[in-house]
Amino acid sequence: MHIPDGFIDAPVSLAAAAVAVGGVAVCLRGARRTLDERTAPLAGLVAVFVFAAQMINFPVGAGTSGHLIGAALAVILVGPYAGILAVSVVLAVQALLFADGGLLALGLNVVNLALIAGGVGWLVFRGWTRFVGSGRGSALAAAWSAGFLSVLGAVGGFLVEFALGGVAPVSLSAVIAAMFSVHVVIGAIEGVITALIVGAVMSTRPDLVAGLRAPRRAAHPQRAAA
Amino acid sequence: MGDRPGGHVPGEFLHLPGHSPVHRLPAHVKIVAAFLTIVVIVLTPPTPAWVFMAYTVVVVGVVALSGIGPATVLRRMRVEIPFVAFAVLLPFVGQGQRIPIGPLELSEPGLLAAWNILAKATLTLLVSVTLASTTSATDLVAGLQRLRVPDLLVQIVSAMVRYVHVVSQEWSRMSRARAARGFTARGPRSWWVLGQSVGTLFIRSYERGERVHLAMVSRGYSGRLPVLTTTTAGPAEWARALTVPVVIGVISLIPLIAAAGTFAGGAS
Repeated sequence: MHIPDGFIDAPVSLAAAAVAVGGVAVCLRGARRTLDERTAPLAGLVAVFVFAAQMINFPVGAGTSGHLIGAALAVILVGPYAGILAVSVVLAVQALLFADGGLLALGLNVVNLALIAGGVGWLVFRGWTRFVGSGRGSALAAAWSAGFLSVLGAVGGFLVEFALGGVAPVSLSAVIAAMFSVHVVIGAIEGVITALIVGAVMSTRPDLVAGLRAPRRAAHPQRAAA
Repeated sequence: MGDRPGGHVPGEFLHLPGHSPVHRLPAHVKIVAAFLTIVVIVLTPPTPAWVFMAYTVVVVGVVALSGIGPATVLRRMRVEIPFVAFAVLLPFVGQGQRIPIGPLELSEPGLLAAWNILAKATLTLLVSVTLASTTSATDLVAGLQRLRVPDLLVQIVSAMVRYVHVVSQEWSRMSRARAARGFTARGPRSWWVLGQSVGTLFIRSYERGERVHLAMVSRGYSGRLPVLTTTTAGPAEWARALTVPVVIGVISLIPLIAAAGTFAGGAS
């Protein structure tokens, strides 16, 4: 769910936009370093994938269904730079072409759903597979945790923004309690879906899972693009 | 899609083709005007209701000028529903002084905030819906280019809007194949199958990205795309588009000037 305009005040929205611009600039530089001129088509197609994956409903039962937010999935599959870029582009296109999420609030949404969720997802997955183990079971547990914590990280970002620039006179602790209790469930579902998809990719093309590759082999395409 | 993979740029999304004065404005002019309008609306202090009424007249006027039907606009505003729900709760859960309204005791700051959020979110969403409905994906990409968005980012957006239909049709073919084998998504037990499918969708998307890259390289791509269309905007177009944020801005200033006037009058 994207923050609309008018929900967080203008100064905080503009500050978040500045942070988002900085973060996206870092990711552009990082992606160009690791993917060089393959960046545009690959990140573009990954953005399309994230966009499509967000629309797929996973039925929960009783007529409700969940869907993916996708930042953790994107960074696990294509690495932090291209993954965060792809999710940011999805958010921008949603704001501009679908009126989903405000224009002034785009910075807030990019900070929460791309920078924080992607950053947390990458650190958790990378840290877990490095220090706990990178076997299949461990990688799937890492993917679950990355998905789960990426959602809680995004909620944390939203709560900080709400505390600084929220226009509603409700007690912050009530909002924190409500948001976290709802998003623990959403995060658990995000984790399960993320782990299932990462597992599926690992069985057919394990070489495509960027989170499992040996670090720092920048500027060398992983496989001859054929 | 198989016959024309990425061969044409789909102009769909929310875009409704048309020839209204709003449609005809260049995309970058519209983006700037919409953004400024939204900033002014969000910056407005919540109290004087008539200011928001005046905004509504201006914004609804632009929507009418663009020729998007009211039913379409309302349908596209559904994304606001969760936030409307939050706003409706505010008078009940809000803090501060309580005032009796009918049989209920409601929080006064809660009511004010609910009104503020509803008015601002609705008006700004109307602006966004108008922008999205009158701007094609192709024009948007050209607009971002004109606004000096970094070239690489524009290329990613361009690749995304070009292939979004290809990938979503890839997904509908996979759904059809699953359905043909008797699969219905029902409850969490179907997640494993859906997860496998989404994993496959990722691999196909990624490999398509690699093929697209090679096809681009074989046509001489070296990291930059040639600029084929240049949309330029003359002062007349800027003036027409910026009328909206300027009018909204002037309206927003009236209560401030009035307040300053009363203050000065009281002091003398």
